Amino acid sequence: MTRFGVIRFPGSCDEVDALQACERYGDAELLWHRERGLRDIDAVIVPGGFSYGDYLRPGAIARFAPIMEAVADFAREGGRVLGICNGFQVLCEAGLLPGALLGNDHLRFRCRQVEVVVENVDTAFTRACAREERLSVPGKHTTGRYFAPPAMLEELEANGQVVFRYAPGQNPNGSLNDIAGVANEAGNVVGLMPHPEHAVNPLCSSADGGKLFASAALEPVPA
Amino acid sequence: MRARVLIRPKEGILDPQGQTVERALPALGFDGVSDVRIGRLVELDVPDIAEVEAMCEKLLANPLVEDYEVVSVE
Amino acid sequence: MNPVASQAPHRSLGLTDAEYELICEKLGREPNPLELAVFSLMWSEHCGYKHSRKLLKLLPTEGPHVVMGPGENAGAVDVGDGLAIAFKVESHNHPSAVEPFQGAATGVGGILRDVFAIGARPIAILDSLRFGELDTARSRYLLDHAVAGIGHYGNSIGVATVGGEIYFEGPYEQNCLVNAMCLGLAPKDKMIRSAAAGVGNVIVLMGALTGRDGIGGASVLASAELDEDEDKRPTVQIGDPFEEKKLLESSLELLDRGLLTSLQDLGAAGLTSSSSEMASKGEVGIEIDIDQVPLREADMEPFEVMISESQERMLCVVEPERLDEVFTVCSKWDVRATAIGTVTDTRRLRVLADGEVVGDMPVEALVDDCPVYDLDPVEPSEPVYPAPAAKLDGRESPGDLLLALLASPNIASKRWAFEQYDWIVGSRTTRRPEEAEAAILMLELDGASGAIAVSIDGNGRRVACDPYTGAVEAVLECARNLACVGAEPLGLTNCLNFGNPEKPHIAWQLTRAVEGLRDACLAVEAPVVGGNVSLYNEGGGGPIYPTPVVGMVGKLPDPTMVPWSGFREPGHAIALVGPFEPSLAGSELEKLAGTLSTELPAIDVDRHAAALVAIRDAVRSGVVATAHDVSEGGLACAVAECAIAAGIGARVDLGEDFALFGEGPGGVLLAASPEAIEKLAEPLQPHGFRVIGRTGGDRVDIKAGVATLSVPVAAAQEAHGGSLPSRFE
Repeated sequence: MTRFGVIRFPGSCDEVDALQACERYGDAELLWHRERGLRDIDAVIVPGGFSYGDYLRPGAIARFAPIMEAVADFAREGGRVLGICNGFQVLCEAGLLPGALLGNDHLRFRCRQVEVVVENVDTAFTRACAREERLSVPGKHTTGRYFAPPAMLEELEANGQVVFRYAPGQNPNGSLNDIAGVANEAGNVVGLMPHPEHAVNPLCSSADGGKLFASAALEPVPA
Repeated sequence: MRARVLIRPKEGILDPQGQTVERALPALGFDGVSDVRIGRLVELDVPDIAEVEAMCEKLLANPLVEDYEVVSVE
Repeated sequence: MNPVASQAPHRSLGLTDAEYELICEKLGREPNPLELAVFSLMWSEHCGYKHSRKLLKLLPTEGPHVVMGPGENAGAVDVGDGLAIAFKVESHNHPSAVEPFQGAATGVGGILRDVFAIGARPIAILDSLRFGELDTARSRYLLDHAVAGIGHYGNSIGVATVGGEIYFEGPYEQNCLVNAMCLGLAPKDKMIRSAAAGVGNVIVLMGALTGRDGIGGASVLASAELDEDEDKRPTVQIGDPFEEKKLLESSLELLDRGLLTSLQDLGAAGLTSSSSEMASKGEVGIEIDIDQVPLREADMEPFEVMISESQERMLCVVEPERLDEVFTVCSKWDVRATAIGTVTDTRRLRVLADGEVVGDMPVEALVDDCPVYDLDPVEPSEPVYPAPAAKLDGRESPGDLLLALLASPNIASKRWAFEQYDWIVGSRTTRRPEEAEAAILMLELDGASGAIAVSIDGNGRRVACDPYTGAVEAVLECARNLACVGAEPLGLTNCLNFGNPEKPHIAWQLTRAVEGLRDACLAVEAPVVGGNVSLYNEGGGGPIYPTPVVGMVGKLPDPTMVPWSGFREPGHAIALVGPFEPSLAGSELEKLAGTLSTELPAIDVDRHAAALVAIRDAVRSGVVATAHDVSEGGLACAVAECAIAAGIGARVDLGEDFALFGEGPGGVLLAASPEAIEKLAEPLQPHGFRVIGRTGGDRVDIKAGVATLSVPVAAAQEAHGGSLPSRFE
């Protein structure tokens, strides 16, 4: 049974949602930001919200939380890490994912259901998806415009590190190349702006998000 | 010592806040304004001014997308 | 009269000479400046409800589901499975007119605290906003910033904003309305009250530092009419949702561990009102040591500390043996917690600074003995409000009128606003804004069955036409929205937004409106569990429309069987059900034509209540795909709105003359398979039932005798969806 660990920072908002989503696919527990170890967690979720009030820059302070050292070690050793929204921002600030998230081009918070196209099914969180599959998930953020300098962007695209792309015409924030989510080179760390944890029940409009958690619950590919 | 750091988006990065302000100024009667960029100011009392740059690199700015400038020291 | 202009200190604080005399009598001496400041706030309209308390006693407050009635920080109703929903609506009108972002944000902050102060975890926010016409830059500015402020606070703290309403009318130009409602979830028997108890127990202040925010806010802003003076800005409170998030988690954990004797949030008048009210409810005394209060600014005077409205603070009472545990929990959440006083048996509020007593007042005098005034209602013989500006020239075809109404800001889509709110956090939302007539929050993740439905409604202009009937309509509108999603009303909260009650015609509006609320609440069996009053909403331009805002909470057994607001499939039969008697009086069309009626058709409220039960049952049967109530813009707009949602047109023929844009309570559009609609005829016939058409096609075609309209669905979508965004390009 896959053990999910969902980090809780001061100001996290979607950690309980993520916990409940993970519980549909495995065991799950909350990890307090001050802990220094990950115990025997198989997959780490860095959740959405407004950690530390988004002070300075979203994720800028959370990346220095004591638990993030363990997460960095875990990631380096190939452990599965998923950053959702604020979590994506934290992982970029921590250098565990390439690029940065900037303010939406229209300057407002925007909460809207979007479709993302899965472009890479070899990551820890997309193995249960089909290539080019569309997932319907809600996005809700003020600072979700993905950016990477030209050389880095070219490399990302060439390496297939773009995991999710907003479906044509649905880019909600001006992200370069319509990028909604990326992975590290090894594919064990993934970050995305939309919220799969809010799309695990068709009653709440879509259960497509469940596939990310289902992927993580699959047996890990041998090294 | 009191340091003052200005942090701004790197050249070439879209600055929608700056653009919005630039568009709003003429409506208030201010013409001929261009190239508005909006950033952040951090002021701090520090024991050693030499450390401020390291603070910028590590926390105060995101060097991937921001430039910083230590503009005054009192 | 502008109190600031006069000489005597008590007058500049908003107290009358008679009130000052009474204070001296209660104290047995003249009050010192700190005591005067404290009394001026406790005896302000905002804190003391001087002009409304008697009237509010008319409202029904009892019902089989009520767990906590009016008088506490929030009311609560039993929703089954051992759970309760706590809820309340509050206004933050005057601060929002001065600084709309922070005014609206701190309004949300305040109502959130009221809910978690009784031990309920906030799970939803709704907002009811009113501004002047969108033609003015000021109204656009207020709308823009108020919406941003609500989004900022609600989104950051992680509570879903699931519904609301926004209206634009001339009389709100100088006095906008920002009413915020919050719902919270709590185990039914673990809610906590605010009465201080236990002589010798410690008073602990938790949360943000105390600064000069909002000094004099309550009495200066809320109990006086606003004039042109923009200098009120420094007294507006600044909110910090991150601080409140930490405070919320910390408070809930303290309550979960049973560490608190009582809990109270600090709102209007800060420490002054919280400590007075806690002491009054508990029939005890409280001693506060100013020197212990953590301050943001070093040189604050004792009276400033007592009346500061710095946000994100709570007061709790703790047994001395549990103090360390309380500090440990607060420290875990990085929440400041300081012992600042004790519970005594003196029944007095004593304030100490520098070891000296700087204030000593009987609690009863501050709270229970606050003067209560009778209103002097007189029905006006002259119109109170100017007629609205005409926007039509009288030559428009029915199709033109439909598009004009769909584009009018009161009716147009509010998507521009609600996309700035997080309506999904918590993962309970099964019907998002504009998907159904009420917001739906399922309880599955909380270990319970069924779902909660909630709606917030009011129509100030119609209440201006006829305060009694308009108020009845507001309650019926809420109940109708709940019926459309199959929910049974459990309870209600209301915010009464009115002008200056010392003026007889306003007193008349207030009295008639409360009577209307009472009668309608009794008829639909929705007791009032709490609410708020905001008076003196008037300035040089005259009073606001009398605006009772109603928030109703209901329960439905099965969230998988909830209809949508829009048509779902072509080929469905459309039925108009309910005792709907359309009239142009008070309608949006009448407004666009430049008229304001002075009365509305009378309502048989029991007949409407019975129809709602039948509609609710029809919806619960699970066969109804679409349920949309007829409100602003009448039947034609309702049909168009159903078509707009999924782009499915309709062909409707009323078979006779019919006021297509007439309004009034009671009408609901249902759409379902023709077989299903046929089966609903029998139970719904006694309440009004007629099949009026079919869904399908790409046009909205409506025929009523000689009047016909035929409008492409795409044009309707453009008018309805493009209106608000076009104002902000």
